Amino acid sequence: MFESKSGVVLVAGLGFFIFAFLSNALVPALMYRDLEEQTVQQIAETNSNLLYQFEDLSYRYPEQFAKHYGEPSTEALAEALTLGRRTYVNEGCWHCHSQFVRPVSREEDRWGPVSRTEEYQNELQRPVMFGTRRVGPDLSREGGRHGNDWHAVHFFQPTLVSTDSPMPNYPWFFDGAPDKPNRRGLAMIVYVQWLGSWLESYPYYEDYEPIERPLSEAQAGASEDES
Amino acid sequence: MIDTLFGPDDARHEDLVDEPIVVAYFIAALSFLFISMLAGMLMALQLVHWNPLQGFELLSAGRWRMVHTNAIAYGFLADAFLGALHWAIPRLTLRQVLDRRLSWFIFGAWQFVVLSTAIGIVAGPTLQAVSRSLEALPFSFGAQGLEWGETPTWIDPLALVGLLLVGINFMAPISRAKGPLYVASWYFMAAFVWTFLTYAMGNFLPEYWLTGTSAGAVGGLFIHDLVGLFVTPLGWGLMYYFVPIMLRRPIWSHGLSLVGFWGLAFFYPLNGIHHFLYTPIPMFLQRGAIIATIAVEMVVMTVIVNFFGTIWGSGRQLITNLPIRWFYTGMVFYAITCAQCAMQVTLTFQAVIHFSDWVVGHAHLVMFGVFSMWLLGIMTYLFPRLWRTQWYSRELCEWHFWLSAVGLLVMAVDLTLAGLFQGYFWASLQPWDVSIDGSMPFWTLRVFAGLTMMAGQVCFVYNLYRTWQASRLGPAPVQAEPATPVPQASGS
Repeated sequence: MFESKSGVVLVAGLGFFIFAFLSNALVPALMYRDLEEQTVQQIAETNSNLLYQFEDLSYRYPEQFAKHYGEPSTEALAEALTLGRRTYVNEGCWHCHSQFVRPVSREEDRWGPVSRTEEYQNELQRPVMFGTRRVGPDLSREGGRHGNDWHAVHFFQPTLVSTDSPMPNYPWFFDGAPDKPNRRGLAMIVYVQWLGSWLESYPYYEDYEPIERPLSEAQAGASEDES
Repeated sequence: MIDTLFGPDDARHEDLVDEPIVVAYFIAALSFLFISMLAGMLMALQLVHWNPLQGFELLSAGRWRMVHTNAIAYGFLADAFLGALHWAIPRLTLRQVLDRRLSWFIFGAWQFVVLSTAIGIVAGPTLQAVSRSLEALPFSFGAQGLEWGETPTWIDPLALVGLLLVGINFMAPISRAKGPLYVASWYFMAAFVWTFLTYAMGNFLPEYWLTGTSAGAVGGLFIHDLVGLFVTPLGWGLMYYFVPIMLRRPIWSHGLSLVGFWGLAFFYPLNGIHHFLYTPIPMFLQRGAIIATIAVEMVVMTVIVNFFGTIWGSGRQLITNLPIRWFYTGMVFYAITCAQCAMQVTLTFQAVIHFSDWVVGHAHLVMFGVFSMWLLGIMTYLFPRLWRTQWYSRELCEWHFWLSAVGLLVMAVDLTLAGLFQGYFWASLQPWDVSIDGSMPFWTLRVFAGLTMMAGQVCFVYNLYRTWQASRLGPAPVQAEPATPVPQASGS
């Protein structure tokens, strides 16, 4: 067996590979098979913290928002989340930012609650965005820690708000200026605000109430407040 | 006797080896090596605020960071391996590959796969953002969210077919060979099976069937198996082939070869989860992966001992024989990496060094310090034989070696130290910027270490160009030796 072709191909090649796959991949898959996987639409419908941030974006950047997402509906939110995650993956954000809090190195004190399996049981963790390197901070508890304006400026040019940051600029998330995030820019902000927004310890505790008024009226109201 | 053991004894080198394809693979490999190094340099410059190309979407450091790792794995390493295999397998088995036209088809298809991976990663997202209908497509034009599996989803099936064809093309001569199989063949055969399975597992399961933590477990398996079941067995297989031939003596101990191969085959695939320690993946699986990893390091040491037993007594070859020096330098780095691995895999080390540049240093030590060193050594050995001429300049060959080795050593030590500092900055709960500012000196040194390594490769390519020029003019002072069997101990 040890030096024969069939031994090498069948035992070492196939057998050991399958053994490892069963023990290291199938076991966790079976252990978690009863955990339901949330769809993006379910997230958009049930996560009020996130919907709050989404509507906040529609106030801050009304023209850009209307142009790219129309009304702040849950369908539009699901679209933005999906695009935001895709952009997060495509731009390689996950090579410099992790998405899990470990139970060691006092990470609980820095970031918040240690990560649990249930948090990753949704469509947006397919494949999971654990990450491998922290050049920048962990993002799994980032939602709500900074306002949408901060994120817009930060994506446009990180050094404007974080002097020594080595993060690249992302001017292609904007139509020329930090107060004009485009479709991808808005999606990225939504995605980052989503991270951790499912937790009790989410920093914004404001009670969310859906907007009854149409968007145009809300805008008029907002401009009245300013004057 | 020779006939039954090793095949037809009139097998001539010219009939066995398709020399142009070896050259083609090596040239393609070196092209991707330069693409990868430039991409890595862009990210290195970004980190120290020296990126001159800031703000251009198609030159985004984040996207090119993914080209850096993919061009090395699937461009440089895979192409160089395939080139070396097209030399080694026919000469080892004394039989041709299944079909030379298939070889060239695979060559073309594989370059297409790697190039479109790079283009997809760099330009895919830009293209997809052009219109709402492109965005609405259910798949991404750009990178996939798995390290070393960034190959866009639309390329994955083609890459998988390519890997299958590679296996078929090379398995034919190995399966036709009679008599006991030499060690190198074990590694090659297993690698063809493993690479195909690993690629299929990593690129499809976490994307389509699994989610969350279970997908993380498969992702860890994939990252690890790609190094352990694709790169490692091909690398060691080639060492088992080239080292005895160059030293003209058999491998020291056949028993240790057996322990090395079967130990690696059993324990290596069980390591995957050690990439995600302290995640929500169940703790008993994490501990299992840690124990299996330490077992691998013990097995690896038997292989190292075996190779140093082989060269024992002819240490002078390390000075005079350049390819042998490349190989054994790589093996020293391998021993260091593996010793490091057995320590860093423990939960104690992980608490500090996970997520830090320590890991980046480790990755460079393995990928460049070991496998790239071996492949560059193989190229140094084969190019004069392929082009029937001496190297244009032995001195440039020396520069190639020393710049590569010293650059890599500086980078590995530098990043390892950086990782320790970062880990302690984080654990001490100082503001995040402290870890960035504290990394700057290390990141700056890393840029220069990288430039040193690049300078070495420039020496190599210039030397290669002049050698090629000379080969077109002069007669043939060096002939490829007839395909001889690998020296083996009698009675094995």
